[in-house]
Amino acid sequence: MSDTTSPAPVDSARASQQGSVARFMKATELDTRMLGMLGALAVIWIIFHVMSGGLFLTPRNLWNLSVQSASVAVMATGMVLVIVTRNIDLSVGSILGVTGMIMGVAQVTYLPQYLGFTSPAIWILAILIGLVAGVAIGALHGYIIAYMQVPAFIVTLGGLLVWRGAAWWVTSGQTVAPMNPTFRLLGGGAEGAIGATWSWVVGLIACAAVIFFIWNARKQRRRFKFPLRPLWAEGFLGTVACVLILGAVHVANSYPWPAGIVNRYAQANNIEIPEGGLFIAHGIAIPVLIAIAVGIAMTFLATRTRFGRYVFAIGGNPEAAALAGINTRWITMKIFMLMGGLAAIGACISTARLNAATNAQGTLDELLVIAAAVIGGTSLSGGVGTIAGAMIGAVLMQSLATGMILLGVDSPLQNIVVGAVLVVAVWLDTIYRRRVG
Amino acid sequence: MENRTPLVEMSNISISFGGIHAVDDASIDLFPGEVVALLGHNGAGKSTLIKILSGAYRRDAGTIRVNGEDVDISNPRDAKRYGIETIYQTLALADNVDAAANLFLGRELRTPWGTLDDVAMESETRKVMGRLNPRFQRFKEPVMKLSGGQRQSVAIARAIHFNARILIMDEPTAALGPQETAQVSELVLQLKNDGIGIFLISHDIHDVFDLADRVVVMKNGQVVGTARTGDVSQDEVLGMIILGKCPPGAVPGPGALKIAA
Repeated sequence: MSDTTSPAPVDSARASQQGSVARFMKATELDTRMLGMLGALAVIWIIFHVMSGGLFLTPRNLWNLSVQSASVAVMATGMVLVIVTRNIDLSVGSILGVTGMIMGVAQVTYLPQYLGFTSPAIWILAILIGLVAGVAIGALHGYIIAYMQVPAFIVTLGGLLVWRGAAWWVTSGQTVAPMNPTFRLLGGGAEGAIGATWSWVVGLIACAAVIFFIWNARKQRRRFKFPLRPLWAEGFLGTVACVLILGAVHVANSYPWPAGIVNRYAQANNIEIPEGGLFIAHGIAIPVLIAIAVGIAMTFLATRTRFGRYVFAIGGNPEAAALAGINTRWITMKIFMLMGGLAAIGACISTARLNAATNAQGTLDELLVIAAAVIGGTSLSGGVGTIAGAMIGAVLMQSLATGMILLGVDSPLQNIVVGAVLVVAVWLDTIYRRRVG
Repeated sequence: MENRTPLVEMSNISISFGGIHAVDDASIDLFPGEVVALLGHNGAGKSTLIKILSGAYRRDAGTIRVNGEDVDISNPRDAKRYGIETIYQTLALADNVDAAANLFLGRELRTPWGTLDDVAMESETRKVMGRLNPRFQRFKEPVMKLSGGQRQSVAIARAIHFNARILIMDEPTAALGPQETAQVSELVLQLKNDGIGIFLISHDIHDVFDLADRVVVMKNGQVVGTARTGDVSQDEVLGMIILGKCPPGAVPGPGALKIAA
């Protein structure tokens, strides 16, 4: 009702006042909020780089940062859908703990009894068992929330305690180690990365995909004679995306294996180490690839499928969604199943990285995941949020943690800073939304 | 007219919530190309009765016939399958998504791969909105940013785009200015000429009396009476709404005031 006064002249007046920046933003249709987040991330990185005397923006640190963000980033993609439908999931850390434990016990204790220690099926079966367990736990939560109408906060608060206890119970608190060697690749490390050549291949495929999507979107819009973005804007976006992708690949390829591993590898393969050492690049880490793949799949799910459309519609107006004939309960249950599955993927990454399953794994991860989603622009009042934003939020949280460790900030102070940043970030977002509406 | 098969016939419908009879033994019918106004105070049970037809509530007792055939409507999807479309008083729009997403909510167009065909939906939306509200241009914005009239057009577009045979309009003009109200009236007449049956629900008789062919008045969950608008005056209908007094020109229902005889 606010703009019943003829909007057309107002718009044209506004257009004539627009500066070059505004025209640029309009032409490229970029999300200003997302840009703001990337800007904040860049500022944080540069500040840490300067304060740490040039330690932060190094291939090594950035590579490790990407690996450390992977698990939380994977879970944050699911948390977006949970929060968009006005729910919350406090149990993801505990689900990670219990599914990690289940996968650990499966591959260390049970599966080798039937398959032998060297069977290649062990790691695959272990992951499948973990995923099924995660989805089943999510289904239980979802059923209680959607069909028995118990608030998600309570159900998942209960789940937080129950599944943490269950993780403890599986082995009476014993740590399970070591993991299957193939399973371990999911956690990164020198072997858990795809090497320089494949990284370039992945990068080039990603660039080709970006160009294809821009071209395809343009073709679709032309088919229906919708207004098109100016050609220079399309070219600019494509170029920026490709430069960023190839830049990231270059960084991953600039981080060499540590000398010890190189020596062992050279000995095992009878390679003579040249003077000045042998340079073998890590390339993109497997957990990072998993996180990116999950991010792409979840973005597809959220924006291109009916399921995703219904998730957002429910978040915007649950009653309207129900009146439109959407089975809101089943959708809610599916969201929690998805969240449980993603927590299991997170468990794969973190148990593989630690090379052990412990009953404390994932403790407090639920808060990092929620914080990542919220910093990434997911509104707790529902209906708003993006997968990409949540993943950037996860990287941002991890950047803070890593940066403060590099600076030697005390643990208690680290927590104080992270907590304050969360509140300030959401406050800034509230102001932004009020202005932009 | 009474010899034809009614488009909709709801007979002896009852529903109660926690012991309160929201609708008690109510019967109404609707013929093709007819506008029936359902009148009554707030809480008279008219919205509840109509929500049973649109599938939002499930009746406790009674039968619903569409084109003379018994139908079982247990959710909004069923109702839509029988060509029953509803424009709710609250509009029932998902405020955070755009007009096209709302128009096709629950009935999305999909590509051969099963993904959402957003461009096709936007294109259809541009067509239907172009007819209803030619000045509407804000296809990319979430509907929460639209004006009351624009939101109303989105809700109307959603109801008429899918070849509705029966249209339910719950307080269609409550949130609108005079000009937009006139547009809605025009639309009602146009749809009526297309042979669509329309239920108009209102608590204000002045909104609907001139548009309607018949009025059905409800009070305390019961039907007071049914009358052709030609057979009764507005004052008599007001008497039905307020007192439950059935005038000679109307057919009394179970809720009519019993005059000691």
